Amino acid sequence: MDFKKTKGLTDAPLHYCPGCTHGIIHRLVAESLEELGVLDRTVGVASVGCSVFTYNYFNCDMVQAAHGRAPAVATGIKRARPDDIVFTYQGDGDLAAIGTAETVHSAARNENITIIFVNNAIYGMTGGQMAPTTLPNQITQTSPYGRDVTVVGYPVKVCEMLSQVDGASYVERVAVNNVKNIMKAKKAIKKAFQNQIEGKGFSLVEVLSTCPTNWGKSPADAIKWLDENMATYYPLGVYKDKEATKND
Amino acid sequence: MAEKILMKGNEALAEAAITAGCRHYFGYPITPQTEVAAYMAKRMPKIGGTFLQAESEVAAINMVLGAAAAGVRSMTSSSSPGISLKSEGISYMAGCEVPALIVNVERGGPGLGGIQPSQSDYFQATKGGGHGDYHLIVLAPASVQEMYSLTIKGFELADNYRVPTMILTDGTIGQMMEPVSLDAVEVKQFDKPWAACGQRGRDHRNIINSLSLSPEELEQWNLNRYARYKVIEEKEPMYEEYMMDDAEICIVAFGIAARVSKNAIVEARKKGLKVGMIRPITLWPFPTKALKAAAEKCKAFISVELSMGQMIDDVKLAIECKKPVYLCNRTGGVIVSSNEVVAKIEEVSKM
Amino acid sequence: MAKVTFNEDRCKGCGLCVTACPKKIVQLSNRMNSKGYHPAEITNQEACIGCASCAIMCPDTVITVQMK
Repeated sequence: MDFKKTKGLTDAPLHYCPGCTHGIIHRLVAESLEELGVLDRTVGVASVGCSVFTYNYFNCDMVQAAHGRAPAVATGIKRARPDDIVFTYQGDGDLAAIGTAETVHSAARNENITIIFVNNAIYGMTGGQMAPTTLPNQITQTSPYGRDVTVVGYPVKVCEMLSQVDGASYVERVAVNNVKNIMKAKKAIKKAFQNQIEGKGFSLVEVLSTCPTNWGKSPADAIKWLDENMATYYPLGVYKDKEATKND
Repeated sequence: MAEKILMKGNEALAEAAITAGCRHYFGYPITPQTEVAAYMAKRMPKIGGTFLQAESEVAAINMVLGAAAAGVRSMTSSSSPGISLKSEGISYMAGCEVPALIVNVERGGPGLGGIQPSQSDYFQATKGGGHGDYHLIVLAPASVQEMYSLTIKGFELADNYRVPTMILTDGTIGQMMEPVSLDAVEVKQFDKPWAACGQRGRDHRNIINSLSLSPEELEQWNLNRYARYKVIEEKEPMYEEYMMDDAEICIVAFGIAARVSKNAIVEARKKGLKVGMIRPITLWPFPTKALKAAAEKCKAFISVELSMGQMIDDVKLAIECKKPVYLCNRTGGVIVSSNEVVAKIEEVSKM
Repeated sequence: MAKVTFNEDRCKGCGLCVTACPKKIVQLSNRMNSKGYHPAEITNQEACIGCASCAIMCPDTVITVQMK
């Protein structure tokens, strides 16, 4: 098949570490927007984390949000401009720590926005601290002896949690650890945008991702760690799909 | 002939926002301003606007940021503790130059404080409650009519200068009922070519952002903004002078404290004391020129405030400490009485 | 038959394309690009089946695939 860079990405080289899967996910989002023909009426909301500079990479209007607040900012934009396609792009600290309330409530309100949630089980930008999604016994800078669930509790499973929120329309967890999964991830992301175009409400795609630098692994080994550890703790699949259940 | 309607301060403010073209209100309940949210909840759906009770004051200010970044007139309202919650969002809005209206109906503080009126958020409003170098335009109504007129003015100033604007009022003005003229006024609107609302053929992307990892660039952004603040300081101070022509003592007070002070001045004048008042209507920009001029004639100033003394610092700065400045204050939600102000005027006149 | 090109200066030598290629015809070269990385390259253009797995796996849009 022919393959070339999508118009949904600017020409700016990405600043991410070698092998960081942010780059793959950026591309899937950008390709989806271009293929759906909505790039020209899209406003993206950048969050705070390694992906803070998405306003340099996505080829559309962008608004920078404070840590955790992207779904609230997106709500404001979407209510002001209902014809715009509005998305957020957030990491695990942004979405599942400080932003928990904004995440849950934008889902509860069934805001007609698309949230791309990049879960790499660690805080990348600030140098590898424990995240709400860090696995039990996983070593990080702030869990140097491994995440001790008796002291700091268990990881937060975002898709499972949001599937219980009546307002949420579409919630799916995917991964970008191999070509087959990347194709599935693209399908889910495109569907999440298609839902917004059709006014179907809140769509969130959680993408299991790697952080080679802070996991202390080579890019290839990081993929393996995701395969063996994250994918078993955070099973891939559709957690909520109002459309699908409607047709049952 | 202007028809007047009896309205509550909070409701006059909300109606003024609608007159100004605001169709997006994001708020959260907190005493003593919940009437603003309740009024908007009723009015907005009827006129095709957005009313959203957010999950918190934090969420609400960020929704305002989003809507304003997308180029529409947007507002939120809260009271003291809720404004603290909004401080982060306000700093972001100042930094990325997104205009909107933020209303603080002050109550006693700090902390959970009380629900009675105060003016103890003056520092927070005028010295920047959030982090970084910035100013908000701050307007202080002293009547229900001003709750109406200054709200419209607030939106105009915010849009014209791309500076978030705060209406700093208190529970008394918010809750009191007075006749308001809702005469049609010509509301100024401003184009927003900078808004992030979808490119739609525009040849460049619009990015609303306050982050820069280049210190030189960030410094320049600050310098550019402060150049606009300078214009605001020259062109936009508003104040009212009351009995200042022959005044020897000048009271400085805003909001409800100014109304109490007016009564006190009437009483003091009956006793032969030559006292007047300068009432700042813009707390930022502070009416420095007017106060400087008064310092040439008056022998003393009295700052009348519902706080432990916050505006008094700005009075001293404005007159460059040329004359003594005294404080007449109550706090915690207690409103200073006109007897207390008269007593202070008498005390100062004997000094 | 497919032509695969690498925009070498965008490459960070992460090696994900090397693992992804089903024909094992992608490797990291010994050259150094302007960023100091060893960019990936194709060892045998003729053997390429144009599956674009390398391009799909690449986080930095280094790779372009053209079917001939």
